[in-house]
Amino acid sequence: MRSVWALAATAALSLLAFSTIALAGEPKQGGILRIYHRDSPANASILEGATYSVNVPFMGVFNNLVIYDQHIAQNSPDTLRPELAESWSWSSDNKKLTFKLRQGVKWHDGKPFTSADIKCTFDLLMGKSQQKLRQNPRKAWYNEVNDVTPNGDSEVSFDLKRPQPSLLAMLASGYTPIYPCHVSPADMRTHPIGTGPFKFVEFKANESIKLTRNPDYWKKGLPYLDGIEYTIITNRSTAILAFVAGKFDMTFPTHITIPLLKDIKSQAPNATCVVEPTNVSTNIIVNSASAPFDNIDIRRAMAMALDRKAFVDILFEGQADIGGTMLPPPQGIWGMPKDKLETIPGYGRDVNANREEARKLMQKAGYGPDKHLAVKVSTRNLAEYRDPAVILIDQLKSIYIDGELDVVETANWFPKVARKDYMLGLNLTGSSVDDPDPSFYENYSCGSERNYTNYCNKEIEKLFDVQSQEIDTNKRKQQVWEIDKKLQEDVARPIIFHARAGTCWQPYVKGVTIMSNSSYNGFRYEDLWLEK
Amino acid sequence: MFAYLVRRLFLMLVTLFGISIVIFFLLRIVPGNIVDILFAAAGYVDPADKANLEKELGIDRPLIVQYWHWISGFLRGDFGYSYVSEKPALQEILPRIPITARLAGLALLFSASIGIPLGVISAVKQGTRLDYALRVVSLSGLSLPSFWLGLLILTASVAMFGQMPIFNPNPRTWLEAFATYAVPAAAVGFRSAALTMRITRSSMLEVLRQDYIRTARAKGASDAAVNYHHALKNAILPVITVIGIEAAFLIGGLIVTETVFNIPGVARFLVEAIRWRDYPIVQNLVMFIAVVVVFANFTVDMLYAVFDPRIRYTD
Repeated sequence: MRSVWALAATAALSLLAFSTIALAGEPKQGGILRIYHRDSPANASILEGATYSVNVPFMGVFNNLVIYDQHIAQNSPDTLRPELAESWSWSSDNKKLTFKLRQGVKWHDGKPFTSADIKCTFDLLMGKSQQKLRQNPRKAWYNEVNDVTPNGDSEVSFDLKRPQPSLLAMLASGYTPIYPCHVSPADMRTHPIGTGPFKFVEFKANESIKLTRNPDYWKKGLPYLDGIEYTIITNRSTAILAFVAGKFDMTFPTHITIPLLKDIKSQAPNATCVVEPTNVSTNIIVNSASAPFDNIDIRRAMAMALDRKAFVDILFEGQADIGGTMLPPPQGIWGMPKDKLETIPGYGRDVNANREEARKLMQKAGYGPDKHLAVKVSTRNLAEYRDPAVILIDQLKSIYIDGELDVVETANWFPKVARKDYMLGLNLTGSSVDDPDPSFYENYSCGSERNYTNYCNKEIEKLFDVQSQEIDTNKRKQQVWEIDKKLQEDVARPIIFHARAGTCWQPYVKGVTIMSNSSYNGFRYEDLWLEK
Repeated sequence: MFAYLVRRLFLMLVTLFGISIVIFFLLRIVPGNIVDILFAAAGYVDPADKANLEKELGIDRPLIVQYWHWISGFLRGDFGYSYVSEKPALQEILPRIPITARLAGLALLFSASIGIPLGVISAVKQGTRLDYALRVVSLSGLSLPSFWLGLLILTASVAMFGQMPIFNPNPRTWLEAFATYAVPAAAVGFRSAALTMRITRSSMLEVLRQDYIRTARAKGASDAAVNYHHALKNAILPVITVIGIEAAFLIGGLIVTETVFNIPGVARFLVEAIRWRDYPIVQNLVMFIAVVVVFANFTVDMLYAVFDPRIRYTD
């Protein structure tokens, strides 16, 4: 009999525990999410923006045709989900992508969403419409799109010049929201109208950004939050102290450096913090158009002198990744595996052996212990640029290169690079989508505006096209690895490391997922909720 | 006195005209403009888009035309549009002015109400332990940069009270409202108070050694009457000068303090506007600050004349 009571008591306790867990896991409606914002974005138009300072606060205002699953950290072709499109299909020749559109969706001003809005958005992006975006940084993403054609109100087709499976990845980026036809690009900069879970309330430059719940959101019951308030705090110390003091529910995503993360953990031990790759690589741009770096031996020597692990240990306490152009696995989908990476000159584990070889190359070029090469290492006047540049200068000393730091204000950095007024530059390159197409075409194709070094290899460019059209993901991976290896061997833009950064939130904030291979795609926040 | 007033007013207008030229052309000398910055942030440049944007913003026109466009608009009360927010410049600047004015006013009040009495006490008690202690405090005030002091206050508040006195646009309690302005005002006013105290002390010491002070004491005047009626009245002129200069310097201190305490005032806004090369905001805001400083100096000159009759009779 005693055992029966014990069994009953155990069962009751288990039931209670289970129901408590279930209750704790049940999303709650209401509350304002308070986040600090790291800086004041230029405007509210995501299509014109080129920084996640715009995506983070405004992604919740919009929807895309398709989106990466907001609760799977790694963006991949398998995590694409329909959003304004209910479904999609490719034609048999893979040159036509057709979306069946969701019906009954309304813009925040009450007007109905139709296929014409898709056409307008992509005409804007492709530069085909009467109205123009003030800036159009991702026009090249749609180079292979001939036209976007509505088929009635509920369907739209993208006609491509050639197969390009990565188009879906770009459409799923936080950078590709659908804009309404009836609102001008100028108005979208100051008062964006979307179909998303949150409506825009106000944007006070240098002060705050406020969003409120969209009660007519097409996903019934969502969003859970009543609104989101971003307070703009440019001073990182103040922002972190305010988070620790409980003034904010969440830090700005991937804004916390590894050393600062320790401070937060010690001062706010209950906070949840994660560290993820940002898919931003720190790399060296080399002016190979003029002496001395027109000499391939000197470029190779420089690349071989790099002790990447030292960069990672000093700047990230070991928590960053070494790879090629593409973000390395396991977070990166397309990065070279370690064994392949280590076959590239300069990536071998024996740094001293690499440098010994580098010194031989320098001596071949006429430099040595008695004749050092003096170079200026130019970089932007921001800590994330300056700090690695200083380490780079120190490492180059080991191969008879005396570097001098040339710090350039942001306003002058790009014009300086564009007119090739530099010898060596330390640069950061962010990828909004973990896919080879944007990375290869933007940074390495002949004539691309973002190909700062003017690296041009027609053979490689042909391979870009081959991988871009490959439907089989595994085959494409092999092709991408070969291209990436060749780019590193050519010292096109030596990659030093891929950064990681931290995000923290208070324990009562639920449903947060920080993307692990992009900093641009995970801020819809429609099912994020507060357990308060 | 009337001639003195007119002469000072005329000088003020000439100064403001000169300042407008300096502001305008210095801003153009700084490399890069808003279009460069926008494209630099995007990491690409399309020459056609760039030219269109420069034309749209009017920064492709000759400098003299741009200057005339600005200054004539300024005189008509048309301050143009912010290049960044695309809102009227006045709409961006005006709401921020009271915030900074409150902060600056409180900081000056803190400076005068702490600095002058402590300076007098320090002078009267010269050579005592109290004097030494006050001099250490004033030296600390001059040595501590306001941004560091601000961060120290914030860190200590979080560590000791778990609270943080950063700007709250809608304070719920009197205490919150007080903390919103008083704590940053104290942080920025501490240096100013220290300077005021030192100037008051040295000026008082000089006056206290004058013959007429000895005469006043010989006539049996009380210590308070001698110190505050006879001595302080005559020692106050250099202090007023310093407070006037400090009012101008405060803007510099406020840039840092507003950043550290995240106060959305004009000082921090100005720095952001300079970063973006938002000419309409920077030009009008700096001109506004210039007007305030010139008026502050004008007020100090007038106070001189009020406190020292020799100035209004001889100048």
